[in-house]
Amino acid sequence: MISSRYTRRQVSDLVVRSACVLATVLALIPLVSVLYYVTSRGLSGISLSFFSELPKPVGESGGGMANALVGTLKLVFLACLLGIPPGVAAGVYLAEFGHSRFGKWVRFSADVMSGVPSITVGIFVYSLVVLQTKHFSAFAGGIALAVLMLPTVTRTTEELLQLVPESLREAALGLGVPQWRATLRVMLRTAAPGIATGVMLAVARVAGETAPLLFTAFSNPFWSNGLNEPTASLPVNIYNYAVSPYEEWHQKAWAAALVLLLLVLLLNVSARLLVPRSVGAR
Amino acid sequence: MSVSHEVSPLIRPRSKILTRFGRELNWGDFVFRRTTALLAALVIAVLAAMAAAMLHGSAESMAKFGLGFVSSQVWDPVRDVYGALPFIYGTIASSLLALCFAVPISLGVAIFLSELAPAWLRDPVAFLVELLAAVPSVVYGLWGIFALAPWLRTTVEPLLASTLGFLPFFQGQQRGFGMLAGGIILAIMITPTISSVSREVLRAVPGELREGALGLGATPWEAVRVAVLPYARSGLVGAAILGLGRALGETMAITMVIGNRSEISASLFAPSYTMASVIANEFSEATGSLYLSALAEVALLLFVVTVLLNILARLLVWRVGRLPLGGNL
Repeated sequence: MISSRYTRRQVSDLVVRSACVLATVLALIPLVSVLYYVTSRGLSGISLSFFSELPKPVGESGGGMANALVGTLKLVFLACLLGIPPGVAAGVYLAEFGHSRFGKWVRFSADVMSGVPSITVGIFVYSLVVLQTKHFSAFAGGIALAVLMLPTVTRTTEELLQLVPESLREAALGLGVPQWRATLRVMLRTAAPGIATGVMLAVARVAGETAPLLFTAFSNPFWSNGLNEPTASLPVNIYNYAVSPYEEWHQKAWAAALVLLLLVLLLNVSARLLVPRSVGAR
Repeated sequence: MSVSHEVSPLIRPRSKILTRFGRELNWGDFVFRRTTALLAALVIAVLAAMAAAMLHGSAESMAKFGLGFVSSQVWDPVRDVYGALPFIYGTIASSLLALCFAVPISLGVAIFLSELAPAWLRDPVAFLVELLAAVPSVVYGLWGIFALAPWLRTTVEPLLASTLGFLPFFQGQQRGFGMLAGGIILAIMITPTISSVSREVLRAVPGELREGALGLGATPWEAVRVAVLPYARSGLVGAAILGLGRALGETMAITMVIGNRSEISASLFAPSYTMASVIANEFSEATGSLYLSALAEVALLLFVVTVLLNILARLLVWRVGRLPLGGNL
């Protein structure tokens, strides 16, 4: 009697353990499949001209996506420029002075903002910038991506600053350093590698964003000069090419997806390689 | 993160007291504090501006259609009549379907990673699961169009129709593109979110509970079932709601596979349309202020719902780890 009950418990334990392993395998199958498809279909589309030429019209062979590649880099650079400094500063504020009611509201807003759908950010920037300037631009796209980065950068900075031992600050203050220098030169510098990791993950995320760019940066079959013109980007191009009915455009979409995926994965992996060297590593 | 907010008593009060006793104010500190506070206020300002922009944009549509906007099925740009019900239905149905797939799998992943897996396996597997979240949405969409949808059309949907075809969910033309494809792709995309939050929640469960159960002779699964899961319940619900919030707002991948037809059908094979998709598809070519306003109202609805879900989820997740040891069991 007892032993049969014991066996039953052992069996159900085994069943659930196997189910958990199965779930993990199941969760990873799409990753493997996506990587396989993107590599196998995209690789043949990668050539020198992909990186150096403009897209050709349907029916003509050849052509590349040089403008979209540059466009994506432009947009991401703009987003970093507009998103990282305020994000880090807000994070510093939260870590240093954020015990007030105001600090709670900032923290709350950042958390809420990180859950806002990216497409609504697109609408927001559309009405804020595109409607005012009356045209799509790289500038608008950069702002949209910066808005998406802002909450992540803020919260990462705060969390990592709070991991820095308080004794470091005390040591600096004890030497007569004013508080702002202690924060910037001691606390922030100690937390820097960890913050860099978080920022790179945020950059990797926005580099692949499509929805907020659809009606901010829009798209452009040619080179765009400066930041005030509609700008092509890899994600938007992948979307436009994928839903087109043309076989050769599908091919281009896979190639672009491979480049984008490599870019994003590279950022992700290098971000994680940074972690172990930081004092603030979790 | 449960980092303590306490500051060493040696530091903060000193400057306060000295300032009160007439010490000269450090201008660097003053400027530093004000600048960072200003940029912190920017976070609140952006969120508020976002809400204001969408409220402002949708004013015309709200005035014209009122509550009928969410209950009408007609979306006709030619006659300038707009009702968002098919999109609301499509969004909710696809997200709930995604939860049905993603919650059991994510829970399995989280339990495996936090309770059962050998220590050397945990970090690599967790990294791989997080890579799932790193793949851009549009790449999932591309994969969905050319890999997932054809597979569903040729393999999965005929199988479902022949075995469970008596149910209304598995009837009708098998296209590959439709609610089922949308639900699956959303499930793939929210699995990393739900599983990593669940894992954090399970980690916050005090070890004594596990040890107590194991010490009484429970098998590892029984320990999880009787000691860990009840304690973590609200946090796990929070994780699922966080995933739901992401699924509702997800745009590109689902736009590429759900079929984009504004009809309400019980069948999972039928094409559908979501709120985010209609914005993505129609916003840049919308002419006429009422049309734009209606799309802005869709965006506003999406914004409000995701914000509320996020707040709820965070409250639930935050509760775990603050429960008393004996409480709530």
